[in-house]
Amino acid sequence: MEFHKATLDNGLQIVAEQSPAAHSVAVGFFVRTGSRDETQEVSGVSHFLEHMVFKGTDRFAADDVNRIFDEIGAKYNASTSEEVTLFYGAVLPEYLPRIFDLLAEILRPSLRTDDFDTEKKVILEEIGRYEDEPTFTAYETLMQTHFAGHPLGQCILGTVDSINALTADQMRGYFNQRYLAGNITLAVAGNFDWDEVLALAEKQCKDWPAGDPGRTVTEAQPPGGIEVITNPSSHHQHIMQMTPAPPSSHPDRYAAELLGVIVGDDSGSRMYWDLVDPGYAEMAEMSYNDYDGSGVYLMYCGCAPEQTAENMRRIETIFHEVNDKGVTEEELTQAKNKVSSRIVLRSERPMGRLGALGSNWLYRGEYRSVEDDLNVIAGITSDDIRRLLDEYPLGQTTTTAVGPLESLNGEVS
Amino acid sequence: MQAQDIRTTQLPNGLTLVMERMPDVRSAAFSMLIPAGNIYDPPGQEGCAAVLSDLITRGAGDRNSQQLAFDLDNLGLQRSESASGSHLGLSGATIADRLPDVLRIYADIVLRPQLPADQFEAARAGIAQSLHSIEDEPRQKAMQELRRRSYPSPWGLPSDGNLEGLSQLTADTVRAHYENCFRPSETILGIAGNFDVLAIQGLVEEYFGDWQDKPVPTVEVSDWAPNISHIEHESTQTHIGVAYESVPYRDEGYYNAWAAVNILGGGMSSRLFTEVREKRGLCYSVYASLSALRDQGRVFCYAGSTNERAQETLDVMLAELQRLPEGIEEGELERCKAGAKSSLIMQQESSSSRASAVARDWYHLGRVTTLDEVHQKVDALTVPSILKYVDEHPADNFTVLTLGPESLEVNLGVS
Repeated sequence: MEFHKATLDNGLQIVAEQSPAAHSVAVGFFVRTGSRDETQEVSGVSHFLEHMVFKGTDRFAADDVNRIFDEIGAKYNASTSEEVTLFYGAVLPEYLPRIFDLLAEILRPSLRTDDFDTEKKVILEEIGRYEDEPTFTAYETLMQTHFAGHPLGQCILGTVDSINALTADQMRGYFNQRYLAGNITLAVAGNFDWDEVLALAEKQCKDWPAGDPGRTVTEAQPPGGIEVITNPSSHHQHIMQMTPAPPSSHPDRYAAELLGVIVGDDSGSRMYWDLVDPGYAEMAEMSYNDYDGSGVYLMYCGCAPEQTAENMRRIETIFHEVNDKGVTEEELTQAKNKVSSRIVLRSERPMGRLGALGSNWLYRGEYRSVEDDLNVIAGITSDDIRRLLDEYPLGQTTTTAVGPLESLNGEVS
Repeated sequence: MQAQDIRTTQLPNGLTLVMERMPDVRSAAFSMLIPAGNIYDPPGQEGCAAVLSDLITRGAGDRNSQQLAFDLDNLGLQRSESASGSHLGLSGATIADRLPDVLRIYADIVLRPQLPADQFEAARAGIAQSLHSIEDEPRQKAMQELRRRSYPSPWGLPSDGNLEGLSQLTADTVRAHYENCFRPSETILGIAGNFDVLAIQGLVEEYFGDWQDKPVPTVEVSDWAPNISHIEHESTQTHIGVAYESVPYRDEGYYNAWAAVNILGGGMSSRLFTEVREKRGLCYSVYASLSALRDQGRVFCYAGSTNERAQETLDVMLAELQRLPEGIEEGELERCKAGAKSSLIMQQESSSSRASAVARDWYHLGRVTTLDEVHQKVDALTVPSILKYVDEHPADNFTVLTLGPESLEVNLGVS
């Protein structure tokens, strides 16, 4: 593994991790923009724009974009979160110049009005598709409630109303503000030649406008609360909770990840043994999610409505016990083994490495090899977990429920 | 393409071991297919194999449920247990040097499971919970119901069974399912990754060599005919599933069938994606894929559209399926080939992909196709060969399942 980095004159940052034994190469443009960077009147524009990027430029029409990706056998996609819009693909090494040409080209999209009008229907379908899923409704409501008054509470997809009202001009304005070279990180992982990557980036991206719109980052101070959405046609009760956890730049983020595994992994965790193994819940999990300047523990439990109250108490008990007594050495060792093995397995594919490579740079301006991560994890002690719990205790700050129940009165403290 | 190092051996008791050594990875993965899937569920007690796939890891050998999970977690094993039609599948992946310890524990799981009666209720409750949870996922529900209606029963039945069947199930039935179905002949153990092939073969012989074979249980298969049905569901979108007959993996026409489906609905430049989503904006998700059992195959298509646009979506889908015999462009075939080639090569980066591929190959073909062979077959595809296949296996006799507030019309011959 060899690491390379460079910055173009316009501010575009390039990070690359070379593994000559890989059979493929993965390329990703990480644009530091998402729903948290939107104003209320353009809610959903980041995600809509992600779709519009694939509608092409003067050089490549929408049909050409899809066709060329498929011609080179690319495994490709894009995603939009609260904070990052990512465009990525993996190809065999000989196709690196072609995928690079295509990705770099479409990142300066034409944003034609007729394409915008057609794609608007697709976005509305996507909203409709998620509306039919109670877990998605629960998550959306949870983010809005937990981060009320904070930019992280802004919805990624937008609403039917905000999308209907959005104009192509508003999208162009947002694009011009946010897709500046200084706000974009190019990450490359796998089998490639660094000089070639650098040459491609120079050729394709050097004319991108410079600048960095930045982002206001303050740690959220969640007000907390309970939000119940009664949906009689839902079979299960879906409960989600959040409580503050370390932000993405916090040194205890690895400890927080391990704590998430100990308490709420999908198997072998405290929640697994107390809720899933006995058949009280279909799913009961907790994980650590980090954002710019904020973090959360996200808990999900899906179960029969009549078991909700009992399950909420079980979860509360687990949280109290962990806050009071910490975790055992055995649990910590087990979590380290699980997490280390996951990192190694995920990292075997360039596509699996790309996310970590890009995010480490985007969020923290640092490169971390697989070995670096494994070493940090190996070194975490139960004292670290104790310190973390003192600063960020587990809890049930914000709760949302979607399902047949009309209230959780008295069932959540 | 890099030469593959594949070794297959059959133990005297009939267990087939297929290994692929991958020197460039740090991991090892296995996929064990045991002929104990849900087609063997006793009629009226559906869900039996699913409960067994949960119960099987609740204690084995001298480890109880917690110790077993603890030891597997400590080995960093990412694992899954699942029932599918033909098999109960156990699979996992971890750092390569832990493979011997993993195999030793899996010999206990397969040969000496405790199947504790006092945990039967918990395992059954877990499966009942997943049956309830799919009711809240209309997309998955629609495709599960399409599959059920597309194959003769018990093929195509949901692997988790149904609530009625589960309620009739007893701990004894589940134990009997284990006793009757778990047998070395027809069990396939695929292992891929960075390990010493001879050493691992020796361990497998040692751990699984004294597993006694048993007679093959019989399965009664029902009659089947294409059918059209609707499930009423209060939802924003109508979920549309369309299926028609295709060929199994071992059929000589398979690669042509695969190419035809890929051209129809494989990627973002496919016909369904272009016509339904890109040109008309009718949906977010639309695709077609090939499903292959050992002796039969189907094409499954899906689209989800808001209710008022669903009829148009179904009309456009059906028109596209029926239009395929009119012609295929060279470019469409070239894209198929490029996608296949990169998938094949990228498979070599993942021990899990290879372990499941070698096990699956053996089940379908009784041998392993090398990536080179697949590559040659894909390269040999031509527009005429695909059109000939499509002519002989046209998209017709559709099974259609819709899930939403109102049923749709199945309009054929309209475009």
